[in-house]
Amino acid sequence: MSSNHSPFDSPLEHADSAPVQPGANRLLRDAAVKHERSSWRSQFTTLWLGRFGRFGRFGRGPSDVSPEHSEARRWPALKALARNPSVVSGAALLLALLLIALFASRLFPGDPLDIVGQPLLAPGQDPQYWLGTDSLGRDVLAELAHGSRASLAIGVTAALIGVVIGTLVGALAGYFGGWVDDILMRVTELFQTTPSFLFVIVIVSIGHPSMTVISLAIGVTSWPTITRLVRAEFRSLVQSDFVMAARSLGFGHARIIWREILPNALPPIIVTTSVMVATAILMESALSFLGMGDPNVVSWGSMIGDGREMLRTAWYLTALPGGALVLTVLALNLLGDGLNDALNPRLAERS
Amino acid sequence: MHSSNLKRVALRLRRTGAQAVPTVIAVVVLNFALLQLVPGDAADVLAGESGSATAETMAMMRHHFGLDLTLWQQLLAYLKHLSHFSLGFSPRFNTPVMTLIMARLPNTLILMVSALVFAIVAGIIIGVAMATWAGKWPDRVLSFLALVLYSMPGFWLALMAIVLFSVKLGWLPSGGDMTLGVNLNGWDWFVDRASHAVLPALALASFFVAIYARLTRVAMLEVQRQDYVRTAQAKGLHPLFVTVRHVLRNALLPITTVAGMHLGNLLGGAAVIETVFSWPGLGRLALEAVQGRDYNVLLGVLLLSSMLVIVANVLVDLLHAWLDPRIALR
Repeated sequence: MSSNHSPFDSPLEHADSAPVQPGANRLLRDAAVKHERSSWRSQFTTLWLGRFGRFGRFGRGPSDVSPEHSEARRWPALKALARNPSVVSGAALLLALLLIALFASRLFPGDPLDIVGQPLLAPGQDPQYWLGTDSLGRDVLAELAHGSRASLAIGVTAALIGVVIGTLVGALAGYFGGWVDDILMRVTELFQTTPSFLFVIVIVSIGHPSMTVISLAIGVTSWPTITRLVRAEFRSLVQSDFVMAARSLGFGHARIIWREILPNALPPIIVTTSVMVATAILMESALSFLGMGDPNVVSWGSMIGDGREMLRTAWYLTALPGGALVLTVLALNLLGDGLNDALNPRLAERS
Repeated sequence: MHSSNLKRVALRLRRTGAQAVPTVIAVVVLNFALLQLVPGDAADVLAGESGSATAETMAMMRHHFGLDLTLWQQLLAYLKHLSHFSLGFSPRFNTPVMTLIMARLPNTLILMVSALVFAIVAGIIIGVAMATWAGKWPDRVLSFLALVLYSMPGFWLALMAIVLFSVKLGWLPSGGDMTLGVNLNGWDWFVDRASHAVLPALALASFFVAIYARLTRVAMLEVQRQDYVRTAQAKGLHPLFVTVRHVLRNALLPITTVAGMHLGNLLGGAAVIETVFSWPGLGRLALEAVQGRDYNVLLGVLLLSSMLVIVANVLVDLLHAWLDPRIALR
């Protein structure tokens, strides 16, 4: 079903799991990777953090040697983004979806769960209800529009919860190392071995099916991916010159973690976040498909669950919300995939 | 050669085994903690089932189940039960939880293993094709299809497959794990079981096909740049031979690692797919337990599937030690 693991990362970036290559060849390649990664990192940081990333306290990467140099590096990143078809189409789809979610109650006033017409009208049969009505006579198009809210809200909050927990744990583990790292990684491993969807089911059934509990449950089970990523970033960044400089200036741990290392570790976190939103949306849809979603909210998953009863006669009741789900998740994955490609020259040169 | 292989695997087993023990303990404690969080206890459930109970009988039942003990004593009792492979009793099904789970486990394993095998084989084939034509149109088309597959909820794909193959075409059954009411033997029995398993296994595999295809592509491109591949090409070996023997073989290691990591997700996906196809497996059992508010069963399933993931990861680790002599050096 859903995975926390992004399949788009190079296996090299999972240093734990990648096989070790022998000999000097490996050293050379590692050096090249390091160089390329640091340059895409600084491009991405300047892109997201603007001027601060170049001259301020952030982003003291090797590429920030001279102002002209980094100016030259800032625009290729933006241009690469604008030229990348995945990023553009993903962002456009998401924007359309956001607009629909924002204006759902303006476009389709009233409760989408209200019965408005004759049940089981096929799409196009009645011009008043473009996409027809479901088995209870509710407007399918209105349900779809309102359903985008539940998906986006749960997807974004769950991913944010996951990112916050994951970043915190990963940052502490990677920064301090030693026994802190050991203990935190054991906890991470525990959450990784427990099948996350079953875990979500257990939490929601012990609590109660509300939007808050569902977001929390998905967030609480999805953080290990980001933890491993942030930990790896911190472990390599903690040895870099700018951290040593910050240390010698007498900055405290909190300041070094928060204001020195974290901004430099942001790019991969942002890429992974879009994949996590997609995963969270898929999980929520599966949950509400099984009838464990918030009963007071329309959701695409629950629409599929309702439509399933009519699968033999009115298959479009299942097909339509599913199509909306695929488009949304596809948009997020296109965006994540494109960000990765456009800003990671090591991958871009090969594809 | 073989004895050194065995030695390496044995060494590895000792190390990963030692690493797995704390995780197992943590999983057990987590499950116990979740059981404590459940609103109401077994006495409440039984009282609810029977319709009425006095305060005295409730107290007696609590004493009988050991619910009046301190938390520590309860944890110890839980561990003691576990050491006897007992996960408690299900008031809903009126059966020991372990018996219930063991009755459903084979069905889920059939589904998971066939889905995993299909996903790995199909994923590798698609990934090799994408890497071979990297950047050209076959790569672009396949990459986009993989991304669509990756974005598709498995249960929805399953429902759409039912509409096409069961309702419209009538080729495959839409649910269950065998045809009821007929007595089949030998080959016919196998065909019947297999035809019931095809759609669930494919639907479960869909998401993972996309993952393995992407992974294979990236891993192959990574390996293709290695010196030994250039050497093999310079020797004048056939390109197909180079792809299979030199590139794919080395690209397989990260794929097996990720396959082990995905086992938990596969189990979660199985829960939904089993519901769609009324496939009598563990995931279906977990959802029946949710509906019956039978937390012993629900958490039993969670505990056992976590154990399954741990065992699978140890096995993947051993497989690596067997395949890659360099691993022992680390």
